[in-house]
Amino acid sequence: MSGIALAAAAAAGAVLLTAGFVLGRFTARRGGHAADPDLGTPVERATFHTLHTASLAAPPLRAGLTEETARRAAGTLRSLLGTEALCLIDRGAVLAWDGPGEDHHRAHVPAQAAETLETGRSRSVHTDCAEPACPLRWAVIAPLTGEDGVLGALVAYGSRESAVLVRAATEVARWASVQLELAELDRSRTRIVEAEIRALRAQISPHFIFNSLAAIASFVRTDPEQARELLLEFADFTRYSFRKHGEFAQLADELRSIEQYLALAGARFGDRLKVTLQIAPEVLPVTLPFLCLQPLVENAVKHGLEDRERGCRVTIAARDAGAEAVVTVEDDGIGMDPELLRAVLRGEHPAGSGIGLSNVDERLRQVYGAEYGLVIETGVGAGMKVTVRIPKYRPGVHRSSP
Amino acid sequence: MNQTYAVGAVTAVVLATVLIGALGLRISRTTSDFYVASRTVRPGLNAAAISGEYLSAASFLGIAGLVLVQGPAMLWYPVGYTAGYLVLLVLVAAPLRRSGAYTLSDFAEARLESPQVRRLASLFVVGIGWLYLLPQLQGAGLTLEILTGAPDWVGGLLVAVVVTGTVAAGGMRSITFVQAFQYWLKLTALLVPVLFLLAAWYGDGAPRARFDDPAVLRGHTVVKVADTVRIGLDAPLTVTVTGSVDSVTYEKRTVTLAPGTHHVLGGTTLAFAPGAALPERVAGGTDPPPASGRGDPPLAPLGWSQPLAGGRDGHQLYATYGLILATFLGTMGLPHVAVRFYTSPHGRAARRTTLVVLGLVGAFYLLPPLYGALGRIYAPELALTGSADAAVLVLPDRILGGLLGDLLGALLAGGAFAAFLSTASGLTMSVAGVLTQDVLPSRGVRHFRLATLLATAVPLVVGVFASKVPVADAVGLAFAVSASSFCPLLVLGIWWRRLTPPGATAGLLLGGGSALAAVMATRAGLAPEGWPHTLMAWPAVWSVPLGFLTMVMVSLATPRRVPPGTPALLARLHLPEEITGTVPGPAQEVRR
Repeated sequence: MSGIALAAAAAAGAVLLTAGFVLGRFTARRGGHAADPDLGTPVERATFHTLHTASLAAPPLRAGLTEETARRAAGTLRSLLGTEALCLIDRGAVLAWDGPGEDHHRAHVPAQAAETLETGRSRSVHTDCAEPACPLRWAVIAPLTGEDGVLGALVAYGSRESAVLVRAATEVARWASVQLELAELDRSRTRIVEAEIRALRAQISPHFIFNSLAAIASFVRTDPEQARELLLEFADFTRYSFRKHGEFAQLADELRSIEQYLALAGARFGDRLKVTLQIAPEVLPVTLPFLCLQPLVENAVKHGLEDRERGCRVTIAARDAGAEAVVTVEDDGIGMDPELLRAVLRGEHPAGSGIGLSNVDERLRQVYGAEYGLVIETGVGAGMKVTVRIPKYRPGVHRSSP
Repeated sequence: MNQTYAVGAVTAVVLATVLIGALGLRISRTTSDFYVASRTVRPGLNAAAISGEYLSAASFLGIAGLVLVQGPAMLWYPVGYTAGYLVLLVLVAAPLRRSGAYTLSDFAEARLESPQVRRLASLFVVGIGWLYLLPQLQGAGLTLEILTGAPDWVGGLLVAVVVTGTVAAGGMRSITFVQAFQYWLKLTALLVPVLFLLAAWYGDGAPRARFDDPAVLRGHTVVKVADTVRIGLDAPLTVTVTGSVDSVTYEKRTVTLAPGTHHVLGGTTLAFAPGAALPERVAGGTDPPPASGRGDPPLAPLGWSQPLAGGRDGHQLYATYGLILATFLGTMGLPHVAVRFYTSPHGRAARRTTLVVLGLVGAFYLLPPLYGALGRIYAPELALTGSADAAVLVLPDRILGGLLGDLLGALLAGGAFAAFLSTASGLTMSVAGVLTQDVLPSRGVRHFRLATLLATAVPLVVGVFASKVPVADAVGLAFAVSASSFCPLLVLGIWWRRLTPPGATAGLLLGGGSALAAVMATRAGLAPEGWPHTLMAWPAVWSVPLGFLTMVMVSLATPRRVPPGTPALLARLHLPEEITGTVPGPAQEVRR
């Protein structure tokens, strides 16, 4: 096939595409006209418009009050108010300015807003602008509040003093304050998760430490060399589990810690516990939330050995799946009633189940999004298989110390 | 050539790839065997995997073909393909690994904290991937056509089906092992036959191609001209013609052609007597074959041994610089190369891996030029037929013949298919991954399968319609786009703290976009003759500086948009992991 034919085909394709696009737009517009009466009265439509504009400003503010978020929110807030210019400041400095007059007004804003920042009350002031052509004559300063008092202020400029502007600016500032409070809520939720990680670390210790030391003690006379090995494992394991900082770890390190855990558990249970590891070397550098696999393994060991004379096999597999790593932890133990499991994952802890599974599930969802929660296949007497999918890259997920 | 062996070899390679990929050499151990976790992929294995994935049809077949037709000027291709890793080693390898990014889109997002830049980068990943896949599939078609006489789309379809099947089924689990295996297979497949061929050549009295003279045919040779060509003669030539020469139709007639330029219609068969001088193809003139792209041999008066790369417009020096720039700077932006670095456990390992890759790739590239030179002596008529890429495949039969020739030919065919499969599967995985993540509306396993299908179907269909360009040239186009888009993004992203999202967007669009447009126009045969054609066929010379300049200027103009996390990120990119405290060193040391 010649290049000319190809070019012709490409051109024909482009023409067809354009034609389809134009046709689509045309019919859509006609459809829009036909549906016009259903869009409501002008007042309703104005309300919809306002709500839509407000929804556009919400996401930046949900990230807190910083220069970046203020810059992204200022434009929408100004169109929401319909003022000449709008300025957002925090307790220290001007964060963002939208509209004209930035050059000679920006410097005065902190002084003008000082009183509002102090008292938390809205007020309207004259700008005393020296330039006759400047439309910014009056400024309405409304406070932005958070849980701990005034965070900053919203300054709306108009050409004349108007009660409407004062009312509107105050309401918008109140709405923005709600968004900022939600941002604080997000932050405190993160703090709770961090606290849960700490709780999880604390939870590992008592039983496990006691059992491990007992197992090691039983080797001290019969096999001192083995006892020494186990003690070193124990030291490494606790060092890793109690490490101070870092929300994330490499899969290789997590697996090493799991191996140490299994070595200690193996010393205690002997031949009853059989373990298979199938690890694709490609996924070892994957970064994942700290200590999110160890509870799964602990769970598998506990389930596998519960009420059973014969041994159990725990299989841990990590494989490469393109942009994700898939880790599965499987045991052939007593399994679990799916309903009970659901209750555990919902955060209710009936019959003394540990918080391990639900904590891991929650943290994975928190870091990677709802579709990355644990997938658990189980039934009573049918063993249990837990699957974790970990994206190889996710913004903000890296191993550096905080 | 005996088809049975060749088909057997191709089948064996396909089966081995699928089996190793699906079953995998998974490490399966019990707890008694400690430290599975510390068994990260060693730099040597990872380097072999990168090389295996990187050495494509362009390297295995294309370079020999280009050397055969156009002479040593084409050695810039292997030099550039290798030197690209030097640039990668010095500027990019370790920081890219430390960024934690898996794909190039990930890097864009990590560095610039902007989903928009990420999406744009993804589009370029897909574009480059498709441009690179296209010649792989075309090369496979050519190989199968020569081996079995099947239509030229069958080979491409075969590779596409095998790759789509294994990738979509999640079969490339142990991809590092598969690709490392492919590297050693490819090296063996080129090395063993060339030893036999060189021995035969030595036994033949070591004839030398006098590079500047017209090639001389050594035996009675029948040439079927695929595309319409113009040939130039210095002396009268007697040939037996079936078909049309200079608009006169012959049927098995012996004709003596006068010195000058002659017009041979596509499909014509020319039979030369032993010792006849092979006519050179002449480019340009009034009716150049419009579809043949820029891959035509240079003007006849230019000797074979001229040290400058081709370009039928005669702007060889410019074209050579274009080639050098594209290959030197383009390697770092190839989507399937970038993802392999993620396998390295840390930045230092990534750097060491790149060093080994330089050695492995360099060793491999010593071989194809030998095939090119031998082809010039023993199979010069391939330059006329337009399928010079086949030189590597036909040489054993031509020089040795018999069972040995068949077996070595089968080995080469197997190696060639390893080249298609490894590069195509690596590219398909990268393109499909990016398509699922950033282009298709929602995520999920089914979408990954759909994306895999899309990733191979597009180049397959385009390959049927697009003009035939020599494989190595076509790959060069993908390098040019990569050098103008990702090279500025990576180099500035790693080494310049003032890069901003608008700057990166503008640079990608202007540098990469213009290179992509120029390359597309060239491949569609839309480029006008003369300087415009040269400029568009070798865009790297102007598009790489354009990309860099745009990124710098726009970034400087938007200083307030520098991402807030830049200093922290740059520190993480450039400091060794031990300092940033990300590798828990002491815990391991206690035991040793």
